[in-house]
Amino acid sequence: MPIDITMPALSPTMETGTLAKWLVKVGDPVKSGDILCEIETDKATMEVESIDEGTVAELLVTDGAADIKVGAIIARLSGEGEAAASSLETAAPAPLPTQPAAESPSPQRGEGAEKNAAAAPSPTRGEGDSRGDAARRAKGVGNPADTAAAAPPTGASLPPGARVNASPLARRLAAAANLDLAGVTGSGPHGRIVKADVAAAAASPRPPPAEAAAEPEASTAHAAPAPRDVPPPRPVHDAAHDDARPAPAAVALSAPAGVPMEAVKLSNIRRTIARRLTESKATVPHFYLTVDIRLDALLQLRSDLNKSLEATGIKVSVNDLLIKALGLALTRVPDANVQFAGAELYKFARADISVAVAIPGGLITPVITDAANKRLSVIASEMKDLAARAKDGKLKPEEYQGGTASISNLGIFGIKQFDAVINPPQGLILAVGAGEPRPYVVDNAIVVATVMSATGSFDHRAIDGAVGAQFMSAFKRLVENPLGMLA
Amino acid sequence: MSEAFDLAILGSGPGGYVAAIRASQLGMKVAIVERERLGGICLNWGCIPTKALLRTSEIYHYMQHADAYGLSVANVSFDLSKIVERSRKVAGQLNAGVKGLMKKNNITVVEGLGALTEATQITVTTGDTTRVLEATNVIIATGARARDLPGTPADGQRIWTYRHAMVPPAMPTKLLVIGSGAIGIEFASFYSDMGAKVTVVEMLDLILPVEDAEISAHMAKTLTKQGMILVTGAKVADVMPGPDGVAATITTADGQAKTETYSHVIVAIGIVSNLENIGLETLGVVVERGRVKVDPWGMTNVAGLWAIGDVTGAPWLAHKASHEGIVAVEKIAGLEPHPFKIWNIPGCTYSRPQVASVGMTEAAAREAGHDLKVGRFPFIGNGKAIALGEADGFVKTVFDAATGQLLGAHMIGAEVTELIQGYVIARQLETTEAELMETVFAHPTLSEMMHESVLGAYGRAVHF
Repeated sequence: MPIDITMPALSPTMETGTLAKWLVKVGDPVKSGDILCEIETDKATMEVESIDEGTVAELLVTDGAADIKVGAIIARLSGEGEAAASSLETAAPAPLPTQPAAESPSPQRGEGAEKNAAAAPSPTRGEGDSRGDAARRAKGVGNPADTAAAAPPTGASLPPGARVNASPLARRLAAAANLDLAGVTGSGPHGRIVKADVAAAAASPRPPPAEAAAEPEASTAHAAPAPRDVPPPRPVHDAAHDDARPAPAAVALSAPAGVPMEAVKLSNIRRTIARRLTESKATVPHFYLTVDIRLDALLQLRSDLNKSLEATGIKVSVNDLLIKALGLALTRVPDANVQFAGAELYKFARADISVAVAIPGGLITPVITDAANKRLSVIASEMKDLAARAKDGKLKPEEYQGGTASISNLGIFGIKQFDAVINPPQGLILAVGAGEPRPYVVDNAIVVATVMSATGSFDHRAIDGAVGAQFMSAFKRLVENPLGMLA
Repeated sequence: MSEAFDLAILGSGPGGYVAAIRASQLGMKVAIVERERLGGICLNWGCIPTKALLRTSEIYHYMQHADAYGLSVANVSFDLSKIVERSRKVAGQLNAGVKGLMKKNNITVVEGLGALTEATQITVTTGDTTRVLEATNVIIATGARARDLPGTPADGQRIWTYRHAMVPPAMPTKLLVIGSGAIGIEFASFYSDMGAKVTVVEMLDLILPVEDAEISAHMAKTLTKQGMILVTGAKVADVMPGPDGVAATITTADGQAKTETYSHVIVAIGIVSNLENIGLETLGVVVERGRVKVDPWGMTNVAGLWAIGDVTGAPWLAHKASHEGIVAVEKIAGLEPHPFKIWNIPGCTYSRPQVASVGMTEAAAREAGHDLKVGRFPFIGNGKAIALGEADGFVKTVFDAATGQLLGAHMIGAEVTELIQGYVIARQLETTEAELMETVFAHPTLSEMMHESVLGAYGRAVHF
């Protein structure tokens, strides 16, 4: 019996992934625990171990193949004593989904693909189609009836118009309603179209490009956390929703003629950033509040702390102190520790801080949970570990999902002040500039002090100006009188 | 000092312990609290030990009718204490099995009386000691208990609930069973087969009132033939225990009242959720008509607090509780389980004859406005049934005429509780009559009747 290797769900919400790289090739013997491949989700790259033993008989997707559904077969192992090699060569040719070539930031995928393609005509329809074939094929070979007919599996692609995964009752109802099942999204196991899907499709006007676009929104609202002590805020980087929708700038504008260029395919991370931040700027009414904050006391405290922590090897950074201050400011002004959620406002009883970390090709926001109540030394060591693993793309989804507010610090680059884009669905983000010697008025006299500018971006739907101002002032007080953070 | 968990479950019945295992599989740190025995009522005092008893009465019945099979068995008799002992041993074995499963899945078992002190905190009291469990999420799975007769609580002497009836101190000679649901009918069947004169009283017009009317009628006919007295549309009043038995007055719909004395009475008039003293009131958990109100994934109105099984309402079945438990746990884990619906939960009664069903009764389907195709196939038309000497019973299927959807299936006869699952799978997969007709059924089996019933609904039955 060949053993099917399927795309694993690396997080509870993951629906699709990109096969970043195969680490085995056809004919390789594999035993339990061997690393088969690297899978890239929207923000992290993870290694996939084999749980079975055998010989790699077929690799059904190529390096870089994107948008592979969880559960889709990506490879086959032949078991003990089975001729692995015989079916190998046939597996390689044409039908393999090739990595979309450079010119194709093709946003569509899976179930939404056809609808989205209609809504947002893409210049790279061809690529989308070939991947559609691949997806159908992956599904097809998983069908017992199909494999039974063609043993040993040859890997040949199914003819166009291959089997639609639908229940007999759904087929009959669709036929009665004169409904094409190809356009129906299945809600059953493995995307199977069931009675309820046909009923829903029959009840809604077709074709529904607008509805298709609205669907993910609906499911977002639906999946919003139920209110609890600290509702896990909507996973910020929810693969399920990210991949179900096109990047917002899906319509490619032509490049200026004659300029030498190279088109680079968007990574999942870039696509997510593009989509989420466009959504944020376009739909969240931002307002901004800036304060100047004197840093001398905080720098002194940091220096004292680090002296006393010398033996432990832990070094507290200015940013670690600011994370703590942000957490405390949110607990002191709880009306700022909120999230707009349509008909409701989530008020968090704990401040989890998403910290923007630049990584190759993008940025990611690992979360320091309960920053207000965490010791500085703990924040420092957690941040060090998270930042290091973030740069290697090794964060686990739960380490970068969530957070009740964000902080972004560009001070290290000498930036004096900037306005950050809110990280949805959060209510605020704090943009921190460089601490620098500036003329500063103390007791009506100008002195030279180390001063930084911090700007809060607020979601006006959730936080009003006065609350934002109270929050900024609380933050300023904490940073200027940092001993309060140790209490 | 409190201990921290991802999930704490109050009650270790088939809802709670299955939820615990699923949660452990999903990587949660789980605690489960039980005040009595792991496995809850189901496998200690319900489903399983009664099946052990009913196996005994079934074999006893066959021994008494051994000559029908060409066998001679003389001096057939029984030892009640040994029958009960076997039933308890079976329960004990399963209880130990659940213990093993908890250990295997690294689930912390906390024995004692648990109560919610906060939405996400359970305080467990065992004697003088208390243990405090903190959990991100808590599932209430405290189950239910038998409803008492108003004014006459079961005393365990002559007035029994299922729990007493399972460990009888003496064999009833003349037994009154109040209530003809699955529990009432199973005990009536057991004691009748063991030789008691049994009367069953049902308030509604049919016994097994949740079943299809044809099934109920056939059951009534068969049980009456076995010697049971069935009184439907009747009420029992003035239940008075005395030294020689229990006097009870049965009043029928026409107003006729008759008082008789019975050696024992079994009260099987429904169940009551176990919702008292577990802290629900202080937390403001919404309880409606004795049931915890939950969403389709089992969440209560209180954040982090979930409820599954009997406490959330009908059907009061172990497999419903288990399924709800899995849905709730997967929802907690952030998976996307399908919302819990009761449309495809099979129900089984393990009496002689057995009854099994899933989906809509014919009457319910008509009431819902369906045009129907109804198939019936009798055991007498099935070779295997005749060979088994079990030629009584039938299989009924109810299809929507327009779509071929299998709306319901209803069976009465030998081993039907093992057959029903075929139809449950068919319904879950949304098969129509066409796939069922095209399916090959092994010969000779009782399951061929399932095929024939479908064929019959479309006028194509072969053997009848």
